[in-house]
Amino acid sequence: METINKNLSRRNFIKLSGLSGAALTLGLYMPAFGKESSTEIISEATAENLGIDLNAWISIDTSGKVTITNHRAEMGQGSFQSVPQIIAEELEVNLDQVNIIFAQGNNKKYGSQITGGSSTIRGNYQKLLKLSATAREMLIEAAAKKWNVAKSECYAENGFVIHKSSGKKLGYGDLVEDASKLQPPHDVALKDPKDYKVLRKSLPRQDTPLKTNGTAIFGLDKKLPGMLYASVERNPRFVGKVKSFDDSETKKVPGVKHVLKVTRDTFGNMFEGVAVVADNTWAAMQGRKALKVEWDDSGFEYHSTDQLYSKMKEQVKGDVISFKTKGNFNSSFAKADKKLEALYETPYESHSCMEPLNCVANVTADACEIWGPIQAPDWVQGNLAGALKLPMEKVIVNMTFLGGGFGRKAFTDYPFEAAMISKEIKAPVQVVWSREDDTTLGPFRPGMVYQCKGGLGKNGMITAFETKMAGQNMNQQNPGADRTGYNSSTTEGLLEPFFESIPHYSFGDSPLNSPIPVMWWRSVYASTNGFALESFMDEMALEAGKDPLDFRRSHLGEQRYQLLIDKLEEVSGWKKRGKNEGYGVAITECFTSIVGEVVKVSKKADGKVRIDKVWAVMDCGWYVNPDIIRGQVEGSIVMALGAATKHATHFADGKAVEKNFNTYMMPRITDIPEIEVYVMENEEKAGGVGEPGLPPFTPALTNAIFDLTGKRIRVLPFKLEEI
Amino acid sequence: MASLNLKINNKTYTVDADPKMPLLWAIRDIVGLTGTKYGCGIAQCGACTVHLEGTPVRSCSIPVSAAANKNITTIEGISPDNSHPVQQAWIQEQVPQCGYCQSGQIMAATALLKKNANPSDKDIDAAMQGHICRCGTYPRIRKAIKTASILMSQKASTK
Ligand code: FES
Ligand code: FES
Repeated sequence: METINKNLSRRNFIKLSGLSGAALTLGLYMPAFGKESSTEIISEATAENLGIDLNAWISIDTSGKVTITNHRAEMGQGSFQSVPQIIAEELEVNLDQVNIIFAQGNNKKYGSQITGGSSTIRGNYQKLLKLSATAREMLIEAAAKKWNVAKSECYAENGFVIHKSSGKKLGYGDLVEDASKLQPPHDVALKDPKDYKVLRKSLPRQDTPLKTNGTAIFGLDKKLPGMLYASVERNPRFVGKVKSFDDSETKKVPGVKHVLKVTRDTFGNMFEGVAVVADNTWAAMQGRKALKVEWDDSGFEYHSTDQLYSKMKEQVKGDVISFKTKGNFNSSFAKADKKLEALYETPYESHSCMEPLNCVANVTADACEIWGPIQAPDWVQGNLAGALKLPMEKVIVNMTFLGGGFGRKAFTDYPFEAAMISKEIKAPVQVVWSREDDTTLGPFRPGMVYQCKGGLGKNGMITAFETKMAGQNMNQQNPGADRTGYNSSTTEGLLEPFFESIPHYSFGDSPLNSPIPVMWWRSVYASTNGFALESFMDEMALEAGKDPLDFRRSHLGEQRYQLLIDKLEEVSGWKKRGKNEGYGVAITECFTSIVGEVVKVSKKADGKVRIDKVWAVMDCGWYVNPDIIRGQVEGSIVMALGAATKHATHFADGKAVEKNFNTYMMPRITDIPEIEVYVMENEEKAGGVGEPGLPPFTPALTNAIFDLTGKRIRVLPFKLEEI
Repeated sequence: MASLNLKINNKTYTVDADPKMPLLWAIRDIVGLTGTKYGCGIAQCGACTVHLEGTPVRSCSIPVSAAANKNITTIEGISPDNSHPVQQAWIQEQVPQCGYCQSGQIMAATALLKKNANPSDKDIDAAMQGHICRCGTYPRIRKAIKTASILMSQKASTK
């Protein structure tokens, strides 16, 4: 496998991928941009005639080598492996015949490239399957014509077309020239999943060897000739302006070359900073330490965690913006047999990717090229073309490997800042965020407060359910944003069938007004909603006198959910628990995947609570690689464990308090329970894999702690040692 | 500024650097070996781990002058071809996700196994708890260290 990362015009693609001219190249073409349903598969020749650019290619050259473009980022979630696995299946080639090339930011060409919402596979697999199957059919047709036999007498296997009765075979490489002259057939048949040979197998990831010997190139590893390094002092209170700065000491640091004011576009708000540019990272950082900046912080309040949370707690008492309602909550709640009310709080969190933010920019008089760990290259391209007043095609955005993303690297501020510095100093530059910058400047997962109310009928079923949520709305950060609209993520995480089985409900939010930048954090609002909603389900189940699994069973009619609950019960030994063991369950839905988790806790000899084991059952519908799914669920559980029991971002005097891993504490190898992951088999559409394992962990844990100790945890994070 | 000799992976590099510059930045920015990563800069995460005379150290927290003329091994020097049993075990167990922390994890694991060919869970905890993995590959790291230990004993017995 190789990675090439160059300007991928159609001709360049052919050239750079080492394909000979006589290749079979097929692509996805969306005549009406943005309308995915109108996607067509067309050949390179047709594209050439029409003068259009293809939208993701698959190419087979005369040696039989297959090359594809990957227009999504690889940030650990495995798209580097999953995409070739899909291609190999329907194309009938071995995985090692498939090369993958990272594509550059180009919205026109690829449609949305944002790697977010766990969408790489679920948004594209059907198109990729069809593209590969189409190429395969064309190769078979070319062979049949050559042999003068019926197409139905031939089949494809391992990169060859074989004639059944005679056993004659031809390699794909020998067929591409003829095949490329054929019209792509419409409506090719796709395989039945039970015939899969490559899909649904735990094949090893092809990027693994690059990540065990230091050769994988992350953003921070990108070097250009003549490249300088920058470290930027930014206002710790986010929004203020630079009043003045004194760089007399900075300029004395050996290696420092430039000191300059710089802006960073954050949701349309221009944040200011002072950049120190030097010939190595260390010198830039030292120069920055010697810098004195005076900030103009006027015009906004210095927030603190206490203030923010008392505001949110006040807000959930009042009116909210309604998102989803059914029946009449108030009257049915008033009549309920049993009533319950609870308040839940979740903290602000930093993404803290292992690779701190960084970006390389090279801006010249008439072009801009970017390299970096970037989740949304097309957004960066659009943002910079506007800011630099360059035509889109003059802004080239290259994705490196990402040392974690989790939503933070979908943001365009750090490439913007790098480009501004490069433009000013007229040299390529790498901006390196220190860990402290990365931890304190956000955007953060927004802190949230939830007020839940529930009413139960005599039969132990929920009759009325209300959630009021307060917290920042990520979509209302631009200057002049409309703040009257509801937060469409208010019920994110809640299982769909609850909307069927609960006769009266009301969900709404009250947005918190704050200058703190906030952004998607792995599984987004489901990561906090899930805690409130699934803790409250547990509280209601116990109030109803029901077993928490059975309680869910009776509310979740659909078979898909029943099967998942059965599986959870079976693998975890839910009803066979020992005397001094606490069991908790939670089930959430996120990016159309359903995940249930059971956590088992017990008391150690010293009386402290220990997490013994987690069982996770993932139903993500159609899937590619079970081992990648298991890894993603394991990772999601560890990340949730951190946010539940280890770290939180607090604010004081308008600034983030926790700055580095000595105060923003990460889970360590010593904190990790045994984790068992199961994947459901069904024919549902593909759901997300990278995020949905996260939301159920925390409520399953706190529900288990209640089961063991009778202590209900409603505020995160909490310390396991202090229970 | 001082001219210093760095012996990295059996090769000597002469670098011109501020003697107080952390070894990490000398390796990355001046020598140009980028497998060693920056994660925190304050000895909390282990991403920058290299071997200094065979012992794992946090290269972000020792000055380059303290490493001059000593034998330094980075991830690039573990094997020429991913053949070290720890690398093999990492591939077999499919440890890396984003991969960013893994150079440091592998450097710690190779040092552990060199000292202790058959580490217990407690030994693994002690050697690895200074290493953060934000992707949460910890369960697989533990498994891979055990696999590496088996691979090493097999290798030893076939010799
Ligand atoms: S970078 Fe050295 S320990 Fe984190
Ligand atoms: S693999 Fe991503 S931080 Fe460890």
